[in-house]
Amino acid sequence: MVKKEMIAMLLAGGQGSRLGVLTEKVAKPAVAFGGKYRIIDFPLSNCINSGVDTVGVLTQYQPLRLNSHIGIGIPWDLDKNVGGVSVLPPYEKSANSEWYTGTANAILQNMAYMDSFNPDYVLILSGDHIYKMDYEVMLDYHKANKADLTVACMPVPIEEASRFGVMIADETGRITDFEEKPEHPRSNLASMGIYIFSWKILKDSLLTLKNQPNLDFGKHILPYCRDNGKRLFAYEFNGYWKDVGTLGSYWEANMELIDIIPEFNLYEEFWKIYTKGDIIRPQYISESASVDRCIIGEGAEIYGSVSNSVIGMGVEIGEGTVIRDSIIMSHTRIGAGCVINKGIIAENVEIGNNVEIGVGEEAPNVYKPAVYGWGLATIGEKTVIPDGVKVGKNTCISGVTTAEDYPDGILQGGGAILKKEDGE
Amino acid sequence: MRAIGIILAGGNSSRMGALSDKRAVAAMPVAGAYRSIDFSLSNMTNSHIQKVAVLTQYNARSLNEHLMSSKWWNFGRKQGGLYVFTPTVTAESSWWYRGTADAIYQNLKWLKESHEPYVVITSGDGIYKLDYNKVLEYHISKRADITIVCTECPEADCSRFGVLKLNEDNRVEEFEEKPMVTSSNIISTGIYVIRRRLLIEMVERCAQENRHDLVQDIFIRYKNLKRIYGYRFDEYWNNIATVDSFYRTNMDFLKPDVRKYFFGDSWGIYSKIDDLPPAKYNPGSMVKNSLISSGCIINGKVENSVLFKDVFVGNNCVIKNSIILNNVYLGDNTHIENCIVESNDTIRANSYHSGEDGIKVVVEKNERYAI
Repeated sequence: MVKKEMIAMLLAGGQGSRLGVLTEKVAKPAVAFGGKYRIIDFPLSNCINSGVDTVGVLTQYQPLRLNSHIGIGIPWDLDKNVGGVSVLPPYEKSANSEWYTGTANAILQNMAYMDSFNPDYVLILSGDHIYKMDYEVMLDYHKANKADLTVACMPVPIEEASRFGVMIADETGRITDFEEKPEHPRSNLASMGIYIFSWKILKDSLLTLKNQPNLDFGKHILPYCRDNGKRLFAYEFNGYWKDVGTLGSYWEANMELIDIIPEFNLYEEFWKIYTKGDIIRPQYISESASVDRCIIGEGAEIYGSVSNSVIGMGVEIGEGTVIRDSIIMSHTRIGAGCVINKGIIAENVEIGNNVEIGVGEEAPNVYKPAVYGWGLATIGEKTVIPDGVKVGKNTCISGVTTAEDYPDGILQGGGAILKKEDGE
Repeated sequence: MRAIGIILAGGNSSRMGALSDKRAVAAMPVAGAYRSIDFSLSNMTNSHIQKVAVLTQYNARSLNEHLMSSKWWNFGRKQGGLYVFTPTVTAESSWWYRGTADAIYQNLKWLKESHEPYVVITSGDGIYKLDYNKVLEYHISKRADITIVCTECPEADCSRFGVLKLNEDNRVEEFEEKPMVTSSNIISTGIYVIRRRLLIEMVERCAQENRHDLVQDIFIRYKNLKRIYGYRFDEYWNNIATVDSFYRTNMDFLKPDVRKYFFGDSWGIYSKIDDLPPAKYNPGSMVKNSLISSGCIINGKVENSVLFKDVFVGNNCVIKNSIILNNVYLGDNTHIENCIVESNDTIRANSYHSGEDGIKVVVEKNERYAI
């Protein structure tokens, strides 16, 4: 009989709409991060580094990039004879076929997958955080407390606690209550969205609540467990953990990697982060280039000047171009004589010569003011930007644009150009 | 596929000096992120040759580590695979490989049990990109017994190569191994195509006669009896088995056209994946005309150089016209010029190394985390 002590279920189906054009064509966990990684690499690497070798990845929104990235799990050593990684999309059933309608609903729909491994514990993860964590230590904590459910929590400044789900725990760590985004938080223990369930408890709760619409862990499963006297514990985590849910926090987390000794250090031998890289050749820094305070991925060809930036694999930057405070993702090509300030430029973008990005004053975005802020200019994947145009701050561009899309040669601060591809 | 592959990677070269003290020539790091053998292996896999034997002997461990998993080159399939053969003691033989022909003879079973009609034989120290199918087609069209891929010598002195003279039909008229005086600048690249049955027959006969070398005892000895043809290859080719050619070949990759030739199309060069983070440039770094590999952390000045993976360059360092191999630590204020720094070296702060007349090979083993 197949038996795994703990299996992981990784929720990777969300769009992450607050990342704007970055998640227009890919699910948030597949968004590039840190020059060569994708966000999902962090939980997947944590799994294998923690000895969790059976991972179900639940996909729904735009799964193509995720599917091809994960494949059979070779980069994470998750290609196993028994277990390994399995991509679990929603599927048609003889009755009640539905999409994944909530976090717990997605897990409920994969009961057969979990059952097939006879686990003692199930680890629930989400695919949108940057952190290194040993889930085995958390499991030890769970066992020592004879817990039914352990929630990983992070102490945050009390004034920020109202942005999170907050756990109220006694001195033994036992959770007595919790509240979702409270106005006046009673605790500073923010839930990280990482749970270890004893399998029986998870199965019981899911089956009992199976008719609940949009079945959700925070809204339904946790209250159910609390109200039925289950043993809930808070596992305090004090390492680096970053939610990259908004363009602002995504940009900031990338910028933190270039500190001299970054708080989140990718250069430690211990606890490697694995990814599927399609380029292994070295990068070339030319005679005319200058690079200072930045990280640059494999195969990049730099002829311009780059400072305070994160540059992905295979990026080409032309002569005389100046890049500052920006994120340029893999395979993007930037012409000569450009100036880019505070840009987030997704993969496979083509930018012509003498383009200026991040000019002028900030203005609220006309399209989605809550999404496009922080003075950033965000360019979606496969966008084309013609020669000589200027782009303001708090802007977004996606699709193949031509000079006509830029009245007077400029996209003013707060502007948006969103072009559809054929077939959309 | 109609052919299987053999990569002869057993050799040492005294011309490599200290660089081959700890590794086989075929395991020499090349172009920042590769090993020499990756080029032949990638050519094999890109030419759809699915079954490849690597014959290793000298410092075989270095190669075995690199070839530990065959998946990076897309081998390790149910059909075919990557076979690493080091000499073993058997009931019949307790010899080392006494030469290239002997190396094949000692693994004749593998050759006999294959069913593909042809064999492509290459060496592990050539840096090139070649579709072996083209050579095979040529071989068949010429109705050759043996085809030798040859090229114009990339070095001024070709006396370390096999030198060939071809007639107007490209049939080999003369073939001299490492001649004292060279009469031609056409050299063998060490890449051969031959029918499998013929190879078995010749290697067996060779063994009976107590001869062991593929070139001397088969190709040269039989050059008038067998139809041996030269396949003219005029694209990039270099052999890295001397310190100078190793240095020159690595420096070639600073040229955009060389990088474009090797990396600009779908003919991938594959290597073992090391899972290193992107290169990091800290304040004070100044890099000009250099190749920098993943995992490097740069705090100083780097010019006209190739840095392999995981190199740490301290504050105020100056690196010029040099090759720094994998996982080297350069302490602050170090000056390196015209050097090849051996992998895993730790260079103390304030060191000075400069190759005055020629390239200096720096081997320095210090405690990395000494206080």
